[in-house]
Amino acid sequence: MGLEEKLPSGVLLTTVEQVAGYARKGSLWPATFGLACCAIEMMAVGGPRYDIARFGMEVFRASPRQADLMIVAGRVSQKMAPVLRQIYDQMANPKWVLAMGVCASSGGMFNNYAILQGVDHVVPVDIYLPGCPPRPEMLIDAILKLHDEIQATKLGVNAIKAQDIQESLALTAPATLEMRGLLP
Amino acid sequence: MNTDLGVFGNDPWWIVVIKAIAIFVVLVLVTLFTIWWERRVVGRMQNRIGPNRVGPLGLLQSLMDGIKLALKEEIIPKSAYRAVYWLAPVISATMAFIAFAVIPFGPEVSILGVMTPLQLTDFPVSVLYVLAVASIGIYGIVLAGWSSGSTYPLLGGLRSSAQMISYELAMSMSFVAVFLYAGTMSTSGIVAAQEPIWYAIILLPSFLIYVTSMVGETNRAPFDLPEAEGELVGGFHTEYSSLKFALFFLAEYINMVTVSALATTLFLGGWRAPWPISLWEGANVGWWPLLWFLVKVQLFIFVFIWLRGTLPRLRYDQFMRFGWKVLIPVSLVWIVVVATARVIRNEFSIATEDILLWGAGLLVIVVIGGWILQWRSSRKEEQAEELAALTDDGPFDPMAGAFPVPPMPGQEFTYTSRVSQRPLAAATVTPAVTSGPSSTHLPDDDAPKESSNA
Repeated sequence: MGLEEKLPSGVLLTTVEQVAGYARKGSLWPATFGLACCAIEMMAVGGPRYDIARFGMEVFRASPRQADLMIVAGRVSQKMAPVLRQIYDQMANPKWVLAMGVCASSGGMFNNYAILQGVDHVVPVDIYLPGCPPRPEMLIDAILKLHDEIQATKLGVNAIKAQDIQESLALTAPATLEMRGLLP
Repeated sequence: MNTDLGVFGNDPWWIVVIKAIAIFVVLVLVTLFTIWWERRVVGRMQNRIGPNRVGPLGLLQSLMDGIKLALKEEIIPKSAYRAVYWLAPVISATMAFIAFAVIPFGPEVSILGVMTPLQLTDFPVSVLYVLAVASIGIYGIVLAGWSSGSTYPLLGGLRSSAQMISYELAMSMSFVAVFLYAGTMSTSGIVAAQEPIWYAIILLPSFLIYVTSMVGETNRAPFDLPEAEGELVGGFHTEYSSLKFALFFLAEYINMVTVSALATTLFLGGWRAPWPISLWEGANVGWWPLLWFLVKVQLFIFVFIWLRGTLPRLRYDQFMRFGWKVLIPVSLVWIVVVATARVIRNEFSIATEDILLWGAGLLVIVVIGGWILQWRSSRKEEQAEELAALTDDGPFDPMAGAFPVPPMPGQEFTYTSRVSQRPLAAATVTPAVTSGPSSTHLPDDDAPKESSNA
């Protein structure tokens, strides 16, 4: 609704943050966006062996308006890219994107003109999940890590503060070129 | 049947307020519970666990869904008709709530020293009121589909309204038998009239028709065509997000509760205790009936969930054919049977139960017999058509429709060679035409070679 973003900083805001984070991670409805073989693993996650319903996530919404999470499961072709972006734009805030598999993360084995070299060329990605295709356990792991991130999401003035801190850290961080020894 | 509506409308204002708020709270809580219950039960039916992370046993799942939806961004499409777009979910949700005003939850109880029935109000035509309110609820769906300014919601809204209007006919007709039998349309009167025996037993066909049509009326599986994702994305609420979508969600589940409560009231004896418990004298007084009522409503809701976990979705034409060609004619015939039984009872003195049981048996036989006859005749027609098609077509043409086709049953496969179709080769390779299957698979270039070998 937007009201929660206008609260003054303090105990009220942090409490609302926690409740909102809990509710958002407790009912993270995915949009149906299966593109290739990863989609089969994504469907397996909905089945009895892995059962994503435990996290309240079996409600795959056909309409992007009601979805919170876009699981990009599979390689994105150049032709699919505008469609993917449109679906993303149609989703209501707050929304998250999970790039499932190496193809969605970086193009993977499809190093050619037809395939987008990573879905982050068209939409901001919140979590990358490697694997070709990743097993359902890995998808659940990625989703749980995303849950933690959602729980820790700040609102309103706190969000702006967190953004500033992130930016200053990014400005002082050494470029990959300058890093020596074992990479973190 | 003499019904006394004098007990209604005499409550002090604060009792009315308490009752109204209680109904609202109960409906919201039942909705929250039903969503969780449905997801758990469907999960169990599919060998899964279902939501279990939020709260004990995942009980807070639907509450979390609600909070999350409330905190989401509200998107209104540019092409939407804003006023109507805003009004549609409100109509849907309010109509779902106010239908419950005439549902009897229990007999007269004492609330803070005031004796009052556990029912907000009642009037001589309260079942008609429920039907009318349900019909107005359809406006919410139609307007939502139309005002979204998008194609899928429009098609979904039209489909929803067509479906609900069609099934409302069968639903209302199943009530006629109850009205004829109870002699009243007031819900409390109908509950009182079921003291000797439930209408689900003596008016079994009506009950079955109602149970079928109530599934169609609430857009639930297997009749959830308006929400067929593969065809219509999300149906009428495709463009709705945030709280407005939550309102539609709420309305859908309250409608489920409403039709279940109506089924309980009209056919399962309302708040009256079921048979073994009714032997206990205190079963039908005080607050106990509230429990029986809620248990019966839950029973229907479980049937809804069971159906959803079991049946695939019907095709639109099958669904419409079922509603118009089976449910409505059957209920019309059944109404005639019930009316005849009433006249016979009034004119001669034969027990109505006997007549109705015989009538029900007769109806079942007629319907099943009709179906069998129709099935057999349609099968014969199909066979005749197949035969006719075979004889009409004449000899087998392997290139019918310009691409290779297998022979139909009864047709004989005759080998042909593409070689023979070439005028130049045809002159030299005549034996290849009759030489058997091997020649048919040969590429054109090989054909002359083979003939030279021969």
